[in-house]
Amino acid sequence: MNIREVFEERVSRGERVIVPYITAGFPGLEETIELIQVIEKAGCGIAEIGVPFSDPMADGPTIQYSSQKALEKGVTLGKTLSLLKRNRAKFHIPLVIMGYYNPFYQFGLERLAKEAKEAGVQGFIIPDLPLEEAGEWVKLCRSHGLDTIFLVSPTTSLERAEKIAKLCTGFLYCVSVTGVTGARKEFPPYLKNYLENLKKITDLPRAVGFGISSPEHIKMLYPHAEGMVVGSALIEIIRKHPRPPQLREKTARFLGGLVQAAAKR
Amino acid sequence: MKYPDKKGRFGKFGGKFVPETLIPLLEELESAYLAARKDKEFRKELNYYLREYAGRPTPLYFAERISQKIGGAKIYLKREDLLHTGAHKINNTLGQVLLARRMGKKRIIAETGAGQHGVATATVCALLGMECLVYMGEVDIERQKMNVFRMELLGAKVVPVSSGSKTLKDAINEAIRDWVTNVKTTHYLIGSVVGPHPYPLLVRDFQAVIGREAKRQILSKEGRLPDYLIACVGGGSNSIGLFYPFRQDKVKIIGVEAGGYGVDTLKHAATLVKGTPGVLHGAFSYLLQDKDGQIIETHSVAPGLDYPGVGPEHSYFKDTRTAEYTAVTDQEAIEAFHTVSEVEGIIPALESAHALAYAMKLSSRLSKDKIIIVNLSGRGDKDLEIVREYVGK
Repeated sequence: MNIREVFEERVSRGERVIVPYITAGFPGLEETIELIQVIEKAGCGIAEIGVPFSDPMADGPTIQYSSQKALEKGVTLGKTLSLLKRNRAKFHIPLVIMGYYNPFYQFGLERLAKEAKEAGVQGFIIPDLPLEEAGEWVKLCRSHGLDTIFLVSPTTSLERAEKIAKLCTGFLYCVSVTGVTGARKEFPPYLKNYLENLKKITDLPRAVGFGISSPEHIKMLYPHAEGMVVGSALIEIIRKHPRPPQLREKTARFLGGLVQAAAKR
Repeated sequence: MKYPDKKGRFGKFGGKFVPETLIPLLEELESAYLAARKDKEFRKELNYYLREYAGRPTPLYFAERISQKIGGAKIYLKREDLLHTGAHKINNTLGQVLLARRMGKKRIIAETGAGQHGVATATVCALLGMECLVYMGEVDIERQKMNVFRMELLGAKVVPVSSGSKTLKDAINEAIRDWVTNVKTTHYLIGSVVGPHPYPLLVRDFQAVIGREAKRQILSKEGRLPDYLIACVGGGSNSIGLFYPFRQDKVKIIGVEAGGYGVDTLKHAATLVKGTPGVLHGAFSYLLQDKDGQIIETHSVAPGLDYPGVGPEHSYFKDTRTAEYTAVTDQEAIEAFHTVSEVEGIIPALESAHALAYAMKLSSRLSKDKIIIVNLSGRGDKDLEIVREYVGK
């Protein structure tokens, strides 16, 4: 199933799609595979895998920390791709890679598209590659059958969001607040309106991200979006319980709670 | 062709590689700047402060004793060190704070490495009554305690940055994170010709006053253009300021980077000499990076040059051979620092000492009828502690 189909299937059943984010190589590369399995078993529809970068300017302290730890262990884009390729048979949900542009550019964009496809990756999110700079990358992804997932933010005008949606496939990543990634208690009052307005300009499924950390958030967002991305809150749990039996249990319990909140009501 | 183009590109360099949240802000900043640039009132106000407050024009001083000592070309020094706060940085901070005020922003954030840009920002914020927050790496705070105190005296809040390598590049990351959070109220005052479009454009324009004055001054003193222009390059704002008005003239333009322990060691900050193109802090430009595209930690005895990136227009100048880039080592810069102090009675900033070191080296091979202009971008009072500790190494 591709990314779009996951959304269509779940939404037709009255469910929402939970998209957990994990950093490749945090706490270790083996655990990354284990975590993808936990994500799938918990009933999440898609997994987002972050490639660490030395200067992650869109990320808050939690994801910065996981990224730095992964780099200290020598995790690279190349190692991440070959890890996924070796283990692709162990899970079936679509995988999306998230990463900053420079490591991708140095790897070679053409080579990246090709090797990602071979590793069973379905799509990419590049937070520092806005619409204006993305032309070549979008073309490459189209020719390799990869989704290009773009972000819209509360500062994005609807007119601009429409242009972004035209380049975007898979789902539209709707940043919930102005700011960096990180668990939050509250969301701004304009969030619902902003999400509803986006529905007027695109048929793409909308997944909300940044700050989502609890089943209550999922319930609140349920009427206004088709998916929810959960990153920092999950990374916090991984950070507190880095060893296997607990790592599995705690993350499974947390994700299970989110999936339940996203179930048909 | 005028650069940057509409997409903020200098040839293939530059652009806007930032999170979506910032794109509308950059567009707003660009149109506000382009309108201000055309507005007589804005230019008048900026010129007023540059003249009455900062101390422009700065002299173009014939360094006769140094010239004689080396026995080569005539060396002129563009005395940006005589500006208020002691460096060229204030040309840009005055411009940007006035622009921010015009845009209705109440809060200014900035990053600083050595503290010079932070001090210049805090100064202008005090002058114009703006709230000021300066991000500074913990390592730099330790190295530059007096500048931290200075900023606090001026009413700014200095925020320690403990992420990454805890130096300038991380302070920039943190400032971007603040900006992305406080988009409506805040102007991010970048201190060099780096970052996403339109920053390399507007910082260059605010610094180009250096080159325009120097051109007028050398024509009136010598009746002709110089043979060489020399300036140090970290992010590249003082150098682009001097070079830009001369870029179409028959003048040899040389940027001097920080060679640290030597460009063949791992401890330097010679981005254009040793780097490769990539994306950092919102722009495509030369970078110091490893084969996986991770940014490398740099070293220079001059805190203001200790940065793994460089302004995109310099990358363009390099590839089009508009300018040539070279590096001098810590040791050579320190020697020049001492020589210029002893022979001219001018204590230069360690950054500027890199340009001076190269100028003296070059001058010894030139005949007496040649003319060199060196940008003396800042004064060295801030570096006394570093130089004192360096002795005996």
